[in-house]
Amino acid sequence: MSTRLASQGRLIDRSKTIEFTFNGKRMTGHAGDTLASALLANDQMMMGRSFKYHRPRGVVASGSEEPNALMGLGTGDRFEPNQRATTTELFSGLSAQSQNHWPNLEFDVLAINNKLGRFLTAGFYYKMFIHPKPFWKHIYEPIIRRSAGLGKAPDKELKDADTYEHFYFFCDVLVAGGGVAGLQAAKAAAASGAKVLLMEQNAHWGGRAPVDGGTIDGLSPDAWIEKTLAELAEMDNVTMRSRSMVSGVYDHGYALGYERLNDHEPGNGAPRHRLWRIRASQIVTATGAIERPLSFSGNDVPGVMLAAAMRDYVVNWGVTPGQKVIVVTNNDDAYRTALVLHEAGVEVVRVLDARSAGGGALMEEVRQKGIRVECGRAIAKVKSGKRVTKVSICAQSGVGGAQEEVSCDAVAMSGGWSPVVHLWSHCGGKLIWDEAAAHFRPDADRPPLGDNGQGFVVPAGSANGPMGLGDVLADASAAGAAAAEAAGFSAVKTAAPEVSVQDELPLEPVWLMPAQAEVSLRMKSWLDYQNDVKVTDVQLAAREGYESVEHTKRYTTLGMATDQGKLSNINGLAMLADSLGASIPEVGTTTFRPPYHPISMGAIAGEARGKIFQPIRKTPMHDWHEANGAEFEPVGHWRRPYAFVRSGESTHDAVMREVSNTRERLGLLDASTLGKLIVKGPDAGKFLDMMYTNMMSTLKIGKCRYGLMCSENGFLIDDGVVARIDDDTWLCHTTTGGAERIHGHMEEWLQTEWWDWNVYVANVTEQYAQVAVVGPNARKVLEKLNAQAGGGMDLSAEALPFMEWRDGKIGSFDCRAYRISFSGELSYEIAVPASQGRAFWDALIEAGQEFGVMPYGTECLHIMRAEKGFIMIGDETDGTVIPQDLNMQWAISKKKEDFLGKRAHTRSHMADPERWKLVGLETVDGSVLPDGAYALGEGVNANGQKNMIGRVTSTYHSPTLGRGIAMGLVKHGPDRMGDVIEFPGTDGKVYKAKIVDPVFYDKEGAKQNV
Amino acid sequence: MLILECPYCGVKAEETELAAGGEAHLKRFGPGSSDDEFHDYLFMRENPKGVHFERWRHANGCGKWFHAARCTTTLEVFGTYSAQTLEPPKELLDKISEKRPGWTWRDLG
Repeated sequence: MSTRLASQGRLIDRSKTIEFTFNGKRMTGHAGDTLASALLANDQMMMGRSFKYHRPRGVVASGSEEPNALMGLGTGDRFEPNQRATTTELFSGLSAQSQNHWPNLEFDVLAINNKLGRFLTAGFYYKMFIHPKPFWKHIYEPIIRRSAGLGKAPDKELKDADTYEHFYFFCDVLVAGGGVAGLQAAKAAAASGAKVLLMEQNAHWGGRAPVDGGTIDGLSPDAWIEKTLAELAEMDNVTMRSRSMVSGVYDHGYALGYERLNDHEPGNGAPRHRLWRIRASQIVTATGAIERPLSFSGNDVPGVMLAAAMRDYVVNWGVTPGQKVIVVTNNDDAYRTALVLHEAGVEVVRVLDARSAGGGALMEEVRQKGIRVECGRAIAKVKSGKRVTKVSICAQSGVGGAQEEVSCDAVAMSGGWSPVVHLWSHCGGKLIWDEAAAHFRPDADRPPLGDNGQGFVVPAGSANGPMGLGDVLADASAAGAAAAEAAGFSAVKTAAPEVSVQDELPLEPVWLMPAQAEVSLRMKSWLDYQNDVKVTDVQLAAREGYESVEHTKRYTTLGMATDQGKLSNINGLAMLADSLGASIPEVGTTTFRPPYHPISMGAIAGEARGKIFQPIRKTPMHDWHEANGAEFEPVGHWRRPYAFVRSGESTHDAVMREVSNTRERLGLLDASTLGKLIVKGPDAGKFLDMMYTNMMSTLKIGKCRYGLMCSENGFLIDDGVVARIDDDTWLCHTTTGGAERIHGHMEEWLQTEWWDWNVYVANVTEQYAQVAVVGPNARKVLEKLNAQAGGGMDLSAEALPFMEWRDGKIGSFDCRAYRISFSGELSYEIAVPASQGRAFWDALIEAGQEFGVMPYGTECLHIMRAEKGFIMIGDETDGTVIPQDLNMQWAISKKKEDFLGKRAHTRSHMADPERWKLVGLETVDGSVLPDGAYALGEGVNANGQKNMIGRVTSTYHSPTLGRGIAMGLVKHGPDRMGDVIEFPGTDGKVYKAKIVDPVFYDKEGAKQNV
Repeated sequence: MLILECPYCGVKAEETELAAGGEAHLKRFGPGSSDDEFHDYLFMRENPKGVHFERWRHANGCGKWFHAARCTTTLEVFGTYSAQTLEPPKELLDKISEKRPGWTWRDLG
């Protein structure tokens, strides 16, 4: 059984007992425990079931590389799946649920998959679920979705109750990892005066040195760590953060840090996670190394654990996973586990060393303790079950015959160590295969490069290959100094600490145990625990022709789980190399991608949630709208009133009322959001002639012209009314969403093509509030303001005709009034300084009472413009539409030699008479056509789909005409007036519509021109 | 998250401040050009593994367009320079030749 020991436990405080629940069962642990150590202390060895076969699984590791012990943590709006028990610090009231089982952890129905294992091999889904085709959607997919997937997603109706934040940080040297190497590297870098940030993913500093023993500068590792931390804390140029993982390294020295502020102490008032967005001149990766499992049959039975992890549980948390332990290894380091267990009073049944000659001094020390060591021996298999009970031992060199059965309740395995090269590799650092150590390590000659072409990542300590304590610290010292130098500081010579530690003999690579294991053993030898990938899966992939490691990864899913193969990658690709008869470096590794370890979605989103998801732009009249029933719609970052809804009225009712009232009496539209660009300079006219399809240089001062803008491809990108202000000044209106884009478009051409033209463009959109005063009573209300406050602007048809503008005073307001109309009614669009917007609006509302004034929103605007057949950028256009498609040849100057889009309009496809063209559409029965519906033509295309001959671009119920009206693009449309075409809706109905002229209302334009 | 130095305001700008503008030194073809010329101008682009010349705009900064020469494989930046030129400056071309002997890009190199 696994249990708490009477001694050991350097990280726990035995005086503090903490209560928590696992699958609803109450348990206790101590302050300083992880969830994994506390579960082990409660004899809870089985912590979940596997992804595919639902095999019982226990904890394998002690840190972030853990593949098995994934939990659903918390409840309700704080529930989060797939949290590692090994990195979850215990707190009072913690509630954890194990995953991948039904109905419960002990008894699981889908464990039957384990028996069906031979049918669930690599590529099973691809092979099995292809035929018959309809089965996929209705049978296979629903079943797979129910049974697959790691953990369960949080309730979609609930919002994460926690808060998150982003934090920006700049430093000369970022040190990733606060083990002894990281501490030493930080010390060496900081000595130069460089600004250093040191991040450690765990709650405690010093990594695993205190567990592994030895002395540093005559001190125990714990004492040296404490002393070094105190030294670093004294330095003003050093910032240290524990519980903070450097999760990714990106281009040119950008890195992300993931700080967990209250996972260990929920409700402490801090944000849950903080994402550090770091710019570092140099990055030192002191990320340590990860122990590799050995591939033997049953290496996933609960109780089989990495040797160093077992040592961690004993030394750090005073927990032993078993009472009778077998240690199996191909290196000297695992003997430390035997010594630690023996010291703690746990029986070490045997140490199996796969090396025929065995190990060095550590082995001798183990033998001296009276522990039986057998060299050249291996585990043939661990008896299946929910717990280790028996192990069969055989020779490493054979196929697994002549087995001896030995009883035990835990197995500590070690297949050697792999440097954690993830951060080095994220941004292109290359690796070399170290034959002697049997691992990939950073190739110092091929680092990731910064903008200056120099490397910006320096690996340190065991992340760089060295594994012995002395080599690690010497390497880290040099790395810290080198990083400081590269960041532009003169490194101060920092002597590497003196260490004493036992020498180790080299390991012997063991990729399969026993080396020639027969198939019955191999098919229970796990490579990737989290995705349930076995030795036989990789061998099958190789037999089926998968040679590239990247393809094999995807076919078998090796290394594709949330642990990204931290334990499995090297073993997997060694197995692939073996199957292909290639060397390991020839096969290579898969790509390491950030994050190193999963980070929360909340941390990525940071503060950008709900109301502050993005900045909102509000017009000066926004508050009035809000107080008067406005329902808003987003237009770019603006919020515009969609309609002003009165009590007892539906939104549709409100829109209909607004249209009728504006057409019959008086409507006000807040048009402040309309883009306003001032284009000024001696060459402004020439420039605008290039920007617009129309001729703008000839526009007379005081007049307005509606203009179209095309891209160089010829497609419509914007439209709006242009006013000539004076000799060298034009004011260009853009669409609401287009102001910034069109401003940028103009700047691009001015700066990069016609930089010798004297033109300036200024975006003055927010400098003005603009109100459209619309309807038969529009002039009356403005003249009333003039009469009340003695404004001077003559608003008569003679003094201010249609498509002209004037500056002056209306009432007490300084105004620029444009006689333009997007509704077909008598209309003045009046711009006032933004600061006067609300007062002007209020004055109009008050003065307009006797004329039946009502505000109207964007939907009313849309209906009125559609009744008039005016196009809307984004409705009638979608980036593939040219002015000719909209029958707007009248707006394209034939006199100009050149404008953006002119050459494109002559391309064969643009001039094709088969292009769909704008028409009006009237449903035969008066109903409203579905938006975006397509019209069916004759015959089918090459894919057997029905041919389409057009689509609906705008569709509304027109209260003015009492029927549905629409615009659409239809093949040969203008030549087919009166024809009825069919639009199938997604509702199963077929809508019949007659092709008509797109101008439904006041075709002569009499109403706007009075 | 590239860093490019804006040649106008001198800021070492991070990618979040910048907007990419595609390939540099395109020659505009307008009315009167042949179909092939116009097609190539609109659509044909270099896609080099190595030295590349690009347009960028310091969009969330001074607003100016500029040119950048960089390596698409190592992300090394050889230099940035004015948008108001038809070709890269000679010093920059020399610098690239020094660092990447034998490089070519369109008719440069």
